[in-house]
Amino acid sequence: MLRYFLKRLLSLALSLVAASIVIFLALEVVPGDPAAYMLGLNAQEDTLNALREQLGLNGTVLERYLSWAGGLLTGDFGISYTYRTPVSEMIGDRMWVSLPLALYALTLSTLIAFPAGIWAASRRGSYVDAGVMGVTQLGVAIPNFWFAMLMVLIFAINLRWFSAGGFAGWDAGFWAGMKSLTLPAIALALPQASILTRVMRSSLLDTLNEDFIRTARAKGLNKAQAMWRHALRNALIPVLTIMGLQFSFLLAGAIIIENVFFLPGLGRLVFQAISARDLIVVESVVMLLVFAVIVVNFAVDLAYALVDPRLRGRR
Amino acid sequence: MSLLSIDNLSLAIHGTQILKEVSLKIEPGRILGVIGESGSGKSITAFSVMQLLPYGAECSGKITLAGEDILSRSEAQLCAIRGRDVGMVFQEPMTALNPLQTIGTQVAETILIHKKVSRAAAMERAADALRRAELPQDRFPLSRYPHELSGGQRQRVVIAMAIALRPKLLIADEPTTALDVTTQAQILKLLQKLVVEENIGLMLISHDLAVVADLADDLVIMRKGEVVESGHADNLFRNMQHPYSRALLKASGHVPERTGHARDTALLQVRNVVREYVTHSYGLWGTTSQFRAVNDVSFEIRRGESLGLVGESGCGKSTLTRAILGLEDVQGGEILFDGQPVFTHEHANSDVRRRMQVVFQDPYGSFNPRWKVDRLVTEPYHLLERQPKGREKDRAIAEALESVGLNETDRHKYIHEFSGGQRQRIAIARALIIKPDLIILDEAVSALDVSVRAQVLDLLADLSDRLDLTYLFISHDLSVVRSITERVLVMKAGQIVEHGPTDDVFDHPKHDYTKQLVAAAPALPDDVAGGRSHDPISGSLV
Repeated sequence: MLRYFLKRLLSLALSLVAASIVIFLALEVVPGDPAAYMLGLNAQEDTLNALREQLGLNGTVLERYLSWAGGLLTGDFGISYTYRTPVSEMIGDRMWVSLPLALYALTLSTLIAFPAGIWAASRRGSYVDAGVMGVTQLGVAIPNFWFAMLMVLIFAINLRWFSAGGFAGWDAGFWAGMKSLTLPAIALALPQASILTRVMRSSLLDTLNEDFIRTARAKGLNKAQAMWRHALRNALIPVLTIMGLQFSFLLAGAIIIENVFFLPGLGRLVFQAISARDLIVVESVVMLLVFAVIVVNFAVDLAYALVDPRLRGRR
Repeated sequence: MSLLSIDNLSLAIHGTQILKEVSLKIEPGRILGVIGESGSGKSITAFSVMQLLPYGAECSGKITLAGEDILSRSEAQLCAIRGRDVGMVFQEPMTALNPLQTIGTQVAETILIHKKVSRAAAMERAADALRRAELPQDRFPLSRYPHELSGGQRQRVVIAMAIALRPKLLIADEPTTALDVTTQAQILKLLQKLVVEENIGLMLISHDLAVVADLADDLVIMRKGEVVESGHADNLFRNMQHPYSRALLKASGHVPERTGHARDTALLQVRNVVREYVTHSYGLWGTTSQFRAVNDVSFEIRRGESLGLVGESGCGKSTLTRAILGLEDVQGGEILFDGQPVFTHEHANSDVRRRMQVVFQDPYGSFNPRWKVDRLVTEPYHLLERQPKGREKDRAIAEALESVGLNETDRHKYIHEFSGGQRQRIAIARALIIKPDLIILDEAVSALDVSVRAQVLDLLADLSDRLDLTYLFISHDLSVVRSITERVLVMKAGQIVEHGPTDDVFDHPKHDYTKQLVAAAPALPDDVAGGRSHDPISGSLV
């Protein structure tokens, strides 16, 4: 188990280094002069020089990479060109919206998907199964921003249960914060839950056809016991994979939903930074998202090992 | 009163009749052998006793287990009976256990479902059950996971689960079909011991007459959902009445007629071949080590000869086959086909590669299901420099199909339209189409029913005579190897431990391992009428 852990950890570190190099090269080296890019075509030479100095562009590629990577390690992400504030502070603020939102949406999607998938699988071929499959088909097909706007119309404008957008801030209290995240989280969770339900159902059905389920039944377990005790944990591996992918997506891919609900999250920050050509912010946020994706994958790998003794290696 | 009696059991699944008025009885402390080919309904009879039937199955008739009428029991009552009064052992030990639970937990579960005992007490009884299944705790602690055990050991865990509560009846559905011959002998001995010591009634289901012949007190022979013959094993083997039973007996000892035509010239020479694998260890820095799968192996196949290669799984048979086919390079020694190396310049030597073909075990998995037969059969054409086209190709397909006993018109069909035996014929046609000199038959008849197997063996013998083919016949089944080969090699742990004329080696084995193999191989009683016969198989069988 320790070996497996260390191996995964090593692969995590290597992935991070590789990702940082790719991001650095893509954004700083390839498009030519970042300073000229940020200031546009009509920039004065002395302004350009000043910006280059400020960005630390006067040095070899290796020196610049090392100083950037070193800054990342110590939490110094540089100063945003457009906002003139440290990027680390901006990301810190936005993180407190995006991370809870992603967790909230993932929790909702899991809470919907597990029971629905198990229910459908245990009543294969019934109306329940057909109903769950039909609804999830819709859930996958409906664009989440459209569903988000529909919810705003119903719950914010007509019923006035929620505000139509904006974020109350955690200073206003935990529940106020959660309340402003609820509609966005539901909008994000719906397609994810639909996909996860289908994965859960088919994985469980595959497992229920396995020989060891027949063995369990021959021992005297009834159908439900065989499913809960033997099938469920075996069916979990593909579900965990999908959940890992979904969490990364929720963290990085909430741009549209954050825009619909005017949430000050990471997605919106990247969106604004790209429009304003604020490369320092783009670079840092992208690196952060990559970091999150890699860490989530690491967590999923560890979860596999918890579920499956075959991955823990021989004793 | 019998322990189990099945009276006029009929069963239909979604209206399709599967079983027709099956009747049989099992007494405590006795073994009933149920024999039949695939589709005979022997497994479904067993599952009827457990009432673990596919969706849509309907039973009529009567099943009485220790006085209880099974068919009138509710599902909850049946759950109480399963595992407590009846235990079951399955064919495939590799997949019969939950990979995520320890063997202790899985055996203890049988006890925990049926008895109100603490988990610790259940674990103690599980350890006892495993000990009775000959997996002592000091070597196989309860905390082991299934993937840490071999196939035979896993089958013992399944047996421990089945006998944990000392059931009255044990049902074993092809319990040793997936196992090596020496492991098979051990598992059968264990089952026999349990029957005697614990006075269990055992229903032993098998397609293999020889497996059952050694063990069973009583026999039932099934065909197409019906019992064709039943009785005491001793009487039945000596005095079979039904033509099907007699044909089955004859087929299982069938020896195809061959005219030996081996010549002195060597076709394939294997000289001091070493095949090593680099194995990656689990270490953090990926240290590697060498595994020698084939160790200094030398032999020759003469032109027109049929050479057997026997050995248990993992002995290096398949690795050697791949090396002979030039699919992989060797780390020492050389392999020459008609004097030329089989592997040159990082590739299989195409000059000799097109003169060798291979037929594999699995008649289901070795074809692309979306291709028609003509495309499947002409696959080896890619080995040729000049590929036949048009009418020439049509003629070649027709010739290949007809030579294996199929029709030219079969070329337009897909593979799912054929039975297992027919598929293996198509595999042979595919090997024949480029007119090779050597055909490697890698467990080519192992998955077939005995009657079909006998026919395919006849076909192979006939083809080798007509087309002057040379065979390398790889199998774990000694009786098949004996029936079709002139010489045999016995392989163990990467080395050839014994070789010689087949009859000599099997009748007077010299090496200890060969002796073990021969002793473990299930055999029909010597004085049984069918014995080893050269008579052609009559058409009544299929």
